[in-house]
Amino acid sequence: MWSATAAARSRISAAAMLVASLALAGCGGSSSGEAGEVTLEFLVDNQPTTVAIAEGLAADYHKQHPKVTIEVETRPQGGDGDNVVKTRLATGEMADVFLYNTGSLLQALNPEETLVPVEEPVVGRLDDSFTQTVTAGDQVYGAPIGFAMGGGVLYNEAVYDELKLDVPKTWDEFMANNAKVKAAGTAAPVAQTYRETWTAQLFLLGDYHNVQKAEPNFAQDYTAGDTGFGTSEAADDGFEHLQEVHSAGYLNKDFASSDYNDGIRMIAKGEAAHYPMLTDAIMEVAASYPKDLDDLGFFALPGDDADSAGLTVWTSSGLYIPTTTEDEELEAAEDFRSFVASKAGCASQARATTPGGPFMVEGCELPDDVPGAVKDLESYFDQEGATTPALEFLSPIKGPALEHICVEVGSGIRSAQDGAALYDEDVEKQAQQLGLEGW
Amino acid sequence: MATTLRTRRESRQAAPGGRAKTKSSYPYWFYLPAAVVYTVLFVVPTLTSFYFSLTRWTLFDMEFIGLENFVEFFEEPALVTGLKNTLIYGVVTSGLKVVLGLLLAVLLTSQVIARGYLRSVVFFPVLVSTIGVGFTFTALMDPEVGLINESLALIGIDGPSWLTDPSIALLSVALVDVWKGVGLATVIYIAGIVSIPREYFEAAQVDGASAFKRFRHVILPLARPATTTVIILSLIGGLRSFDLIWAMTRGGPGFTSDVIASVIYKQYQAGFYGLSTAGNVVLFVLVTAIIIPLWRFLNRKGVDL
Repeated sequence: MWSATAAARSRISAAAMLVASLALAGCGGSSSGEAGEVTLEFLVDNQPTTVAIAEGLAADYHKQHPKVTIEVETRPQGGDGDNVVKTRLATGEMADVFLYNTGSLLQALNPEETLVPVEEPVVGRLDDSFTQTVTAGDQVYGAPIGFAMGGGVLYNEAVYDELKLDVPKTWDEFMANNAKVKAAGTAAPVAQTYRETWTAQLFLLGDYHNVQKAEPNFAQDYTAGDTGFGTSEAADDGFEHLQEVHSAGYLNKDFASSDYNDGIRMIAKGEAAHYPMLTDAIMEVAASYPKDLDDLGFFALPGDDADSAGLTVWTSSGLYIPTTTEDEELEAAEDFRSFVASKAGCASQARATTPGGPFMVEGCELPDDVPGAVKDLESYFDQEGATTPALEFLSPIKGPALEHICVEVGSGIRSAQDGAALYDEDVEKQAQQLGLEGW
Repeated sequence: MATTLRTRRESRQAAPGGRAKTKSSYPYWFYLPAAVVYTVLFVVPTLTSFYFSLTRWTLFDMEFIGLENFVEFFEEPALVTGLKNTLIYGVVTSGLKVVLGLLLAVLLTSQVIARGYLRSVVFFPVLVSTIGVGFTFTALMDPEVGLINESLALIGIDGPSWLTDPSIALLSVALVDVWKGVGLATVIYIAGIVSIPREYFEAAQVDGASAFKRFRHVILPLARPATTTVIILSLIGGLRSFDLIWAMTRGGPGFTSDVIASVIYKQYQAGFYGLSTAGNVVLFVLVTAIIIPLWRFLNRKGVDL
């Protein structure tokens, strides 16, 4: 008898514990404090310049709206960061506002179901080249944060002056410069940093302006599955170039074990003459080696033809609000997003860090004292037809293994031809996962 | 007479049954918490993963595509390298752990100075976080400024690029895995050797067996259960190894040190959820297919002895 009651009693207490633990699990999530005070979580990647921009914006917005506090939270960059964003969105745990890529990576988030669209009048203030990268269906889902970037070659002007080199307009001129740098022996002709695999892709992705000049329909055909890096003459060049600089012995000795920060150091200090990179690296140089900033220059990745030379452009990141943000948080988040995409927001960002490229908001101008490399970058934006968006903004397909394939081709493990063929297979999987027609 | 016999036999039979009954006096629902945890965290995900491996799914919707994922997974160019590397990694780490673990255990069960201290030193790496170990050794193995190559340079050896030379990157990681895991193997062997009755050693000594013969004919065969445990544990660990490789090389340079687990992780990272689920099912089957026959084989030998 006693055992039955004991059993019943413990059954009850077990049930009570279960309920209690469920109740505990139910608590949490963002909570707003007393009377009209709102706290927003703001998720950004952990690149120092991004964090500086985000914290600057949060502080400036708080000054204008004392009842709204914005807490900046960081996540890793690259693939690991993509996982964080996707998982948190899918489980409904996303921060109230977050920063993420535009273009193909944004499309993978299924914005029409997971994100809150940007309304007028904010949309009207945005640069068209930006809005087309954050549009799904007929809605715009993100506002620009940060600066537009170019993908090309950072070069050290001190090395160029010493060896009396000119900025190359074609690939052959570029290789000729490399040969002279190598002969002089003071600096590595080309810095590569394959420990951080994403940095290996610039010769390929930055070449897209030249691809599109040669084959104007490449992006559409590529999305439809009619062309590829192995089959197109022009697109194949990127892999060829990667292979050429390695086999000519132009890379820094420790290219396989160097990381992005080493690359920044090498180009700033003149240990290398060239570093193929995105121009947001200029901000890193400004932050870590301010004294060497004046030695830094930039040119677009040269192709075969000097007349059609131009720049491949990455738009700035987007600021998004997930559909899980509701009520006063949603109101505050939308107002914050509108602030970021305004003149006041641009000014706040220019204060937080050295601007690495133009703003994507109309009426926002760069300050006059930007570094020389940024002026080099701006000169491409000022010429008609000298800029082309990167392929990832024109086509939803970007194979995830590209960076590893680039590392292999760029360190002589795999031939350029093999690499291109392998990448086409990788792309096929991506297209199928996206459910595209014709694959 | 016959009746008494029968009743006595019956009562004797009843006795164990009765004892069994008192043994299981715990009500069945005592098993419930464990069963719930096991079902929710292991059985259900395993079964659903079999289903999801047959679909192409995103976090928002899915499409049933039959065995296509498996076809695609086996066509994956990285898979061949991954499979080969997984086997190399499993066999190398497991083999070295057995050999080094046994030798260390023999040393640490002898009358060596500071035995207790040495035992803790050998076991210590097991307690350190794998990711921490990975990052530390990545720094130590840096070809230009790493401590290992700088030390080698002092004695005039030009050290290799441990983690960035495609031909040795995987082996470098395997060595670190052995460094980290050999402590556990050693402890298992110490337990195995200590449990061998002293009489065998004494008898061997009386027969004039040398130290090597005592090792070969007493320790080695009688520590077989320990060997079985070490092989099984380290082989499973090696075959599904991921964290150390990811921390040190991320499968690189390129795809040269990819193992199945890192191939699967990269697919998951790329958003190929169905494909990576299929990969996990393949890994599950592979580990089972290697371990179960091996376990049977090793245990049968144990019984024969």
